[in-house]
Amino acid sequence: MMAEQKNKVGPVWVIAEQIDCRLLSVSTQLIGQARKLADELNTSVEAVLLGDGIEGQIQELIAAGAKRVYLGNAPELAFYHPERYTEIIVNLAEGHKPEIILIGSTAMGRELAPQMAARLKTGLTAHCIDLVLDEDKNLEQHIPAYGGLLSIVCPKRRPQMATVASGVFTTPEPDETRTGEVIELLLPDIVYDRIETLQVVREEPKGVPLESADIVVAGGAGAGDLEGWHKIADLANCLNGALGATRPAVDEGWTELTTMIGQSGKMVSPQLYIGVGLSGEQQHLVGVVDAKVMVAINIDNRSPVFEQVDYGIVDDCREFLPVLIEKIKAYQERLVTC
Amino acid sequence: MRSQNRIHIMLNIVVCVKAVPDPKEACNIKIDPATKTLLRCDVPMVVNPLDKNAMEVALQLKEKTDVRITVLSMGPPEAGNIVKEGLALGADRGILLSDPAFGGADTFATAFTLAKGIEKIGHHDVILCGMASSDGSTEWVGPQIATFLKLPVVTMVKEIVKTDVPWWKVKASIDNGYRLMQVKLPAVFTVTREVNTPRTLSFSGIIKARKKEIEQWGIDDLGVSSESVGLKGSPTIVSQLKTTEGKREVEFIKGTRAEKAEFLVQKLIGTGLL
Repeated sequence: MMAEQKNKVGPVWVIAEQIDCRLLSVSTQLIGQARKLADELNTSVEAVLLGDGIEGQIQELIAAGAKRVYLGNAPELAFYHPERYTEIIVNLAEGHKPEIILIGSTAMGRELAPQMAARLKTGLTAHCIDLVLDEDKNLEQHIPAYGGLLSIVCPKRRPQMATVASGVFTTPEPDETRTGEVIELLLPDIVYDRIETLQVVREEPKGVPLESADIVVAGGAGAGDLEGWHKIADLANCLNGALGATRPAVDEGWTELTTMIGQSGKMVSPQLYIGVGLSGEQQHLVGVVDAKVMVAINIDNRSPVFEQVDYGIVDDCREFLPVLIEKIKAYQERLVTC
Repeated sequence: MRSQNRIHIMLNIVVCVKAVPDPKEACNIKIDPATKTLLRCDVPMVVNPLDKNAMEVALQLKEKTDVRITVLSMGPPEAGNIVKEGLALGADRGILLSDPAFGGADTFATAFTLAKGIEKIGHHDVILCGMASSDGSTEWVGPQIATFLKLPVVTMVKEIVKTDVPWWKVKASIDNGYRLMQVKLPAVFTVTREVNTPRTLSFSGIIKARKKEIEQWGIDDLGVSSESVGLKGSPTIVSQLKTTEGKREVEFIKGTRAEKAEFLVQKLIGTGLL
């Protein structure tokens, strides 16, 4: 083995994730971005993957750009365990001193990452929408806030940690000619008896999935009440589109957290986006990527949402939507009868 | 069953709450393009919505069993109002961690300071937080409090199934479903909106809370160094605040309600989307 170069920048790590031995697409997306950062830092990309029976995923990680894969492969790692996973990855990071650690903004990532960061005594930026290097080669982590963008850096501590949602970065084209090494992890002989997963229940998502929908209708607090919300849902239905929401609408209890679009929710890239009763906050609109046509319906003609869309309608959505739905249905019926 | 349960167990619950700009008016907060600072435009501060759900978990338990609830917040002196609100809802004790040295904290330093506050409170069987704050949306404070206190944590709890001592059973959301978890107290839980429907303040509660005092703890009360809290104790810093320009040129569709609807449908047909 070659001697390590002095002051060499540590590797860029991606904490990969699998569900039922299928690698999540956010993991390869992060490896793709990690490769860009690693090239600039003159270092390599390494992935960590924990699970059971996951040998089949190694090549996928390498083809995406990982030069080294740390593999924890054991029955007790089949499903994410908060303490066991944290312990293994923190120990590994303390030994290998990565410069950067990227983690998907999944349920697992959101629980694992903050515990890792606190143990490693370092910073962690949530749900970044871009990752670049600044002139000092610090990781500049972009997050939306209040009609603008914040750049966050972690200048004095390492690793620099960030979570990123699926769909923020594109999935890299797999290159099967790439090679990499696999390091099998020895698992610490520790009993974890404070916390146990008794059961994992997967539920089929209802309706058109947001991530792949051609038409997305998103609603916000302007719906006013549940009745108003149902009108927004009706619009989504009659367009055969997916229903999305802003955080205030989720907080009101009108819709489930899984319908939230934005920085800490889902990323969508529809042909048509219709925002109803929402003010166009960056935290929401960063979740709408490359929509062909954007429409906003809002009662306030000064609402900032109108700076972000192609067509604007100033009206009370609760009054306007029934009229619009009727017009759409009339058109659809004409199509059928023609 | 009840007759066998003779050992008197009092459960100590700490509910962490955060004062946030009212989410309904948050769109009025802008970045001043010249100074790159936030223009708050008098947006009122309220309790972070999900922290109300955390509070409700504690209040519902208090109705069934012997529970002592402490409401804990970190913030400027004005944040005392939201601690007071917790007292009015039925909390037994309210503590505000407030000190100029705590200012500018990122989630790491915030969680560290709150953990030190919880250590000073002493007894804590259950620590409850909202899953995320409406202003920062980071979700880190709950799990990081757990790490600093070396406690187990379950995030995104959507149902409290069993509250036996010391084993709690909870359902926690995952990306497409949920996991049923068994956790040994003391432990930290962060809750989602689905966990319950928070009660609203009652007049009698407000009257009762008038007599209760909020305790305010500063850096000396927590016995921590100024290097470990606030801006100085924060690994992350905001390096830039950028304003984003509107990317699209809006065309307002005007007319009567029916005309607007018709024109929009025509526009959508025109772009091949209908």
